[in-house]
Amino acid sequence: MIKGNNFKEKIFPPFALFCTFLGVILLLIFLVNILIDGLSRIDADFITSLPSRKAEKAGILTAWTGSLWIMIMTALISIPIGVCAGIYMEEYSKKSKLNTLIEINIANLAGVPSIIYGLLGLEVFGRLLGLGNTILAGSFTLSLLILPIIIVATRESIKAVPKSIKDASYALGATKWETITNHVLPYSVGGILTGVILSISRAIGETAPLIAIGALAYVPFIAQSPFDEFTVLPIQIFNWTTRPQHAFLVNAAAAIIVLLLITFILNGIAVYLRNKWKMNLRY
Amino acid sequence: MKPVIEVSNLFVYYNNKPALKDITMSIRPNAITALIGPSGCGKSTFLRVFNRMNDFISGCRMEGKVIVDGSNLSNNDIDVETLRKNVGMVFQKPNPFPKSIFDNVAYGLKVQGFTDKKFIEERVETSLRQAYLWNEVGDNLNGSALSLSGGQQQRLCIARTIAVQPKIILMDEPTSALDPIATAKIEELIISLKEQYSIVIVTHNMQQASRISDYTSFFYMGDLIEFNTTENIFKNPQEKSTENYITGRFG
Repeated sequence: MIKGNNFKEKIFPPFALFCTFLGVILLLIFLVNILIDGLSRIDADFITSLPSRKAEKAGILTAWTGSLWIMIMTALISIPIGVCAGIYMEEYSKKSKLNTLIEINIANLAGVPSIIYGLLGLEVFGRLLGLGNTILAGSFTLSLLILPIIIVATRESIKAVPKSIKDASYALGATKWETITNHVLPYSVGGILTGVILSISRAIGETAPLIAIGALAYVPFIAQSPFDEFTVLPIQIFNWTTRPQHAFLVNAAAAIIVLLLITFILNGIAVYLRNKWKMNLRY
Repeated sequence: MKPVIEVSNLFVYYNNKPALKDITMSIRPNAITALIGPSGCGKSTFLRVFNRMNDFISGCRMEGKVIVDGSNLSNNDIDVETLRKNVGMVFQKPNPFPKSIFDNVAYGLKVQGFTDKKFIEERVETSLRQAYLWNEVGDNLNGSALSLSGGQQQRLCIARTIAVQPKIILMDEPTSALDPIATAKIEELIISLKEQYSIVIVTHNMQQASRISDYTSFFYMGDLIEFNTTENIFKNPQEKSTENYITGRFG
């Protein structure tokens, strides 16, 4: 029969198209909903006000500054460690059973639920190191969470640097260090940055691990140092959504818009860097 | 004349499987020595012994004596970086760095610790001239090396290699990725280089070996079958398998 598979051929593309749009449509519905609820609430006062028991007076100043603190501290801690670990695994480590085990486990760590990291952070950073529920404890905890992502991104980017380029460097008498700093890192920095930004944007959306280490919902002051207590946007949002008054739900919607904006901007930068890097480098 | 490389009883193993068996030969200075043989015969492995590039292949191990510059390369405590400054290499596929033309040629000098700008500029220019590339790129030194054609890229790689003035230049099928015109230019360049350098070249192209080399060695299944002047190898081979290979009966 000539027309044998025509039915499947006709039905599959529209179905696949539907699947493709399903996620986008759900996201759109969510966005529109949030925008309708919260957009009118966003103004300068909302951004610059401290939290308050009165919904109309409450702002997100401590929350977004806390998120900023967490973001910067987490980046400062996780980037050097993650990139160095990635370089080691890709360029220095020899093949051995122990190294294979470490590699598999780092990949596995990326899948561990974030609340587990929160409990680990509470015990190790909060209690053992005595950091309590400070920004530093939160940043260390989130660093643990995103380290596997940064390591994997670093390794993938380094792997993409052709062996022939490294050979050329070694053949000219360059050491491993010279080859890594002059070639491997400059050529893979775009990919590494993309991974770093995506992981940071995941970190600032995390709530559970920070609640676990004891981040507070109500912080009436802006953090001045990494040793201060803090709150972050997601916790503020979570807190507002649990209030019975409708006005707080509006606040939550407005805070969600701000949080989404930050994540979208970060993701946008990541996409931009990835494209720029791809255009500049073809081997 | 004293040979620049002396190989005696060299064995190379990949995961304990011998890839080169009991090789003994010496490479003459200021001459072009061609290594020919069918794929997998060990000629590239042999070439990469001379600058220890086999170190990067896990499971690769060498035994025997390879004397370059008075030191035995099978000693593990030799300084490979210094060795590679004396023994340059040009690869099969042009592999310029994704940087400017100038930076490509200057890189080896930078690695060797030269900082004098004037000196580096002069050396870059001489190297590019020696590689017959100056006339084509002299006014575009800051342009990307990747915008050059394949043949130009390979000449750039040769310029990069001679910029550090090695004693020996290893070439691993340097023209196999190039068209005939680019190949002719590179061959001309290689011949001009032997005044200053000793060259060892792996080639799949027997016409190329007979055109440019002074000595030719024929490898087969990890054995060095025959090593002689190029004229003798091609006109009067002593071994049956050499004759079969150069007349195109296998390989």
